[in-house]
Amino acid sequence: MAKLLKSRELLLAAVIVLLLTAIAWRFPGFVRPRNLANVFNDTSILIILALGQMMVILTRCIDLSMAANLALTGMAVAMLNAAMPGIPVPLLIALGVLLGAALGAFNGVLVWKVEIPPIVVTLGTLTIFRGIIFLMSGGAWINAHQMSAAFKAFPRAPLLGLPVLSWIALIMIALMAVVITRTPLGRAFYAVGGNPTAAVYTGIDVGRTRFLAFTFAGALAGLSGYLWVSRYAVAYVDIAGGFELDIIAACVIGGISIAGGIGSVGGAVLGALFFGVVKNALPVINISPFWQLAISGSAIILAVAFNARAERKKGRLILRNREAAA
Amino acid sequence: MNDATQRAVPDRLEGRWTSYLKSWETLLVAVAVFVFVINALSSPYFLNAWNLSDATFNFTEKAMIAMAMALLIISGEIDLSVAAIIALASTAMGVALQYGAGTPELVLVGLLVGLLCGAFNGWLVTGLGLPSIVVTIGTMSLFRGIAYIILGDQAFTGYPPSFAWFGQGYVWWVISFELVLFAAIALVFGILLHWTSFGRTVYAIGNNPTGALFSGVRVGRTKFILFLMTGLMSGIAAICLTARLGSTRPSIAFGWELEVVTMVVLGGVSILGGSGGIPGVVLAAIIMGLVTFGFGLANVPGIVMSIFVGLLLITVIGAPMLWQRLRERSA
Repeated sequence: MAKLLKSRELLLAAVIVLLLTAIAWRFPGFVRPRNLANVFNDTSILIILALGQMMVILTRCIDLSMAANLALTGMAVAMLNAAMPGIPVPLLIALGVLLGAALGAFNGVLVWKVEIPPIVVTLGTLTIFRGIIFLMSGGAWINAHQMSAAFKAFPRAPLLGLPVLSWIALIMIALMAVVITRTPLGRAFYAVGGNPTAAVYTGIDVGRTRFLAFTFAGALAGLSGYLWVSRYAVAYVDIAGGFELDIIAACVIGGISIAGGIGSVGGAVLGALFFGVVKNALPVINISPFWQLAISGSAIILAVAFNARAERKKGRLILRNREAAA
Repeated sequence: MNDATQRAVPDRLEGRWTSYLKSWETLLVAVAVFVFVINALSSPYFLNAWNLSDATFNFTEKAMIAMAMALLIISGEIDLSVAAIIALASTAMGVALQYGAGTPELVLVGLLVGLLCGAFNGWLVTGLGLPSIVVTIGTMSLFRGIAYIILGDQAFTGYPPSFAWFGQGYVWWVISFELVLFAAIALVFGILLHWTSFGRTVYAIGNNPTGALFSGVRVGRTKFILFLMTGLMSGIAAICLTARLGSTRPSIAFGWELEVVTMVVLGGVSILGGSGGIPGVVLAAIIMGLVTFGFGLANVPGIVMSIFVGLLLITVIGAPMLWQRLRERSA
C-alpha cells in the first residue's frame, strides 16, 4: 500500500513537472526559480487549508465550512486590527488560530456528540459563519488603509529569500507530516477512516478523533484567515467564497480518498500545487483565466476516476462505505 | 459515513418509521404556520395576495430541483452540480439566441442541456462507479467553467417577451406560471416516489444497495435515471430563472446547490439515504421562501436569513438525533 501511495504521488508530481516542461518550452521564464517561488507563495494558503481538510477527510468526514471559517476569522482579526492597531501581529495570529479552532471544534462537537452527518453540520455552519461575518461587520469592508502597516507587511516580509507566507506553509507541511506519520493521533485518523468499527475495537474513540480533526482543520482555517486578509489587504463578507470546494478538489486531486483512510501530506500538497501551477500558468500562456474553472473541473473528474481505479485494484469499494464498515 | 446512522439505517419496522416521518412533517407544518403568523404580525404588507405571490419566486426554481434531488439523496447519491447545470443551460440558451432561436427552440435547448449534463453525471457515477459527492464537485466546476469560457465577463440579454413569460407570467390572477409548474412537478415526483414501484426501488437502493441488487433491482439504471431527472429539473429551473432575470451571466444561480441540498435535508430526507418524502421537502421549500420574504419585508438583509437557515438545519437534524440518543441511554 505504501508503494501504491508513493506511486500515485510520483505520478501527480510527474504530471506537474510535465505541465511545467510544456510551459517552459514556450515560456522559459515561467520555470525560473524566482517565478516558481512566486507560484508556491501564491498557493501557500490553499496548501495550508488542504492539509486541514485532509485530516478531516481521512476520518471519513468532510468540512464544507473551511472557507467560511477563514472569512470569519479573517474579518475578526482585520476588525480588531482596525480598531486597535496597537495589538502586535503575533497575538492577532494566535487569536485567529484560536477562533478558527473554536469554530472547528463547534463542527466537531456536533459530529461527535450529536452525531449529525458531517456534511449536514458543515453545510449549516458554512451559512451561519457567513451570516455572523455580516452581523459583525454590518456588511462593511475593511480596506487596506484601515489595517496597520505591520499587519499587512508580515506575510510579505522576506526571510532567507522567501516571504514569510511561504515559510508558514513549509512549517505547516513539516508539522503535519510529523503529526500524520509519527504520532498515535495520525494513525488514529487513518484507522477511523479506514474502518471505524475496527478502530473502536482497537480502543480508538472514533468521535473524539473526528472532533480533533475538525478542531485542527479549524485552527488551520483560522491561520489562513489572517494570511488571506493581510495578503489581499481587504476583508469583506464574501472573501474566499466558493473556496471550500477548491480545498476539497485539491485533496481529491492529491489522491486523498473521500471514503476515508487513504491519503498523504505529499498528496495534499501536490494537489494544491497542481491548482497553483494551472492558475498561474494560464495568463502566461495567453489563455483567458476564465478557462481555469473548467480545467480544474476536468482535473478533479480525472483524478477521481484514477483514484477509484487504483483503489479497486486492492478490492476496496469506495461507494459502499456503509457495508464496508458494518 | 457515520456510525450512529449505520445503526439507524436498515431493518426498521415500517410502522415506527412512517409515524416518525409523519411527526417530522407535522413539525414542519408547525414551523411554517409559525413563520407565517410572525410575518403577518410583523409586517402589514405581508398579507397581500401580490406580495405573497412574489414570495413564491424565492423558492420555486430551487424547489423544482429539490424534488429530483430528494429522490437522488434518498437513493444514497447527491448532485452538487445542479447550479452549474443552470449556468451551462442558461449560457447555451444565450448562444442559441445569438443564432436566432425562438422561444420553442430556447426551451428545447435548455431541457436538452439539462438532460445531457444529468446523463454525464449519471454515467460517471453508475458507469465508472465513482463517488457522486466528489464527481459532481468536478462536474460543477466543469459545467460552470464552460459557461465562463463562453461568456467570460459578458452577459447575454435580449430574450424575447414570449420567453420571459416562463419566469414572469401569471396563469390566473396572482398565480404565477412558475408556481403552477412547481406544483405540477411536486405532484409528479410525489406520485413517483410514494405510489410507484420505481419509488419503492429508490428507497430500497438507499437503504441497502447490495440487498436491492440481489432482489433484482437495477441499481445502476435507477440511479442513472435519477441523475437524468435531476439534470432535467435543473434545465427547467434554468429556463424559468433565465426568463425571470432576462439575462445570462456565468455566475447565475451561484451557490444554489447548497441551498437545494439544505431544502431537501430540512424536508426530512436523510442525507445518508433511505428515508424521507416529497411532502416534507415541499414544506421546507415553502418555509425557506416565507422566511426569506418575511426578512426581506422587515428589511433584514438576506445574509442574516442564512444564519437562520443554518441554525434551522442543524437544530432540525440534531434535535431528533439527540432525543433518540437520550432515549437509548435511559432505556
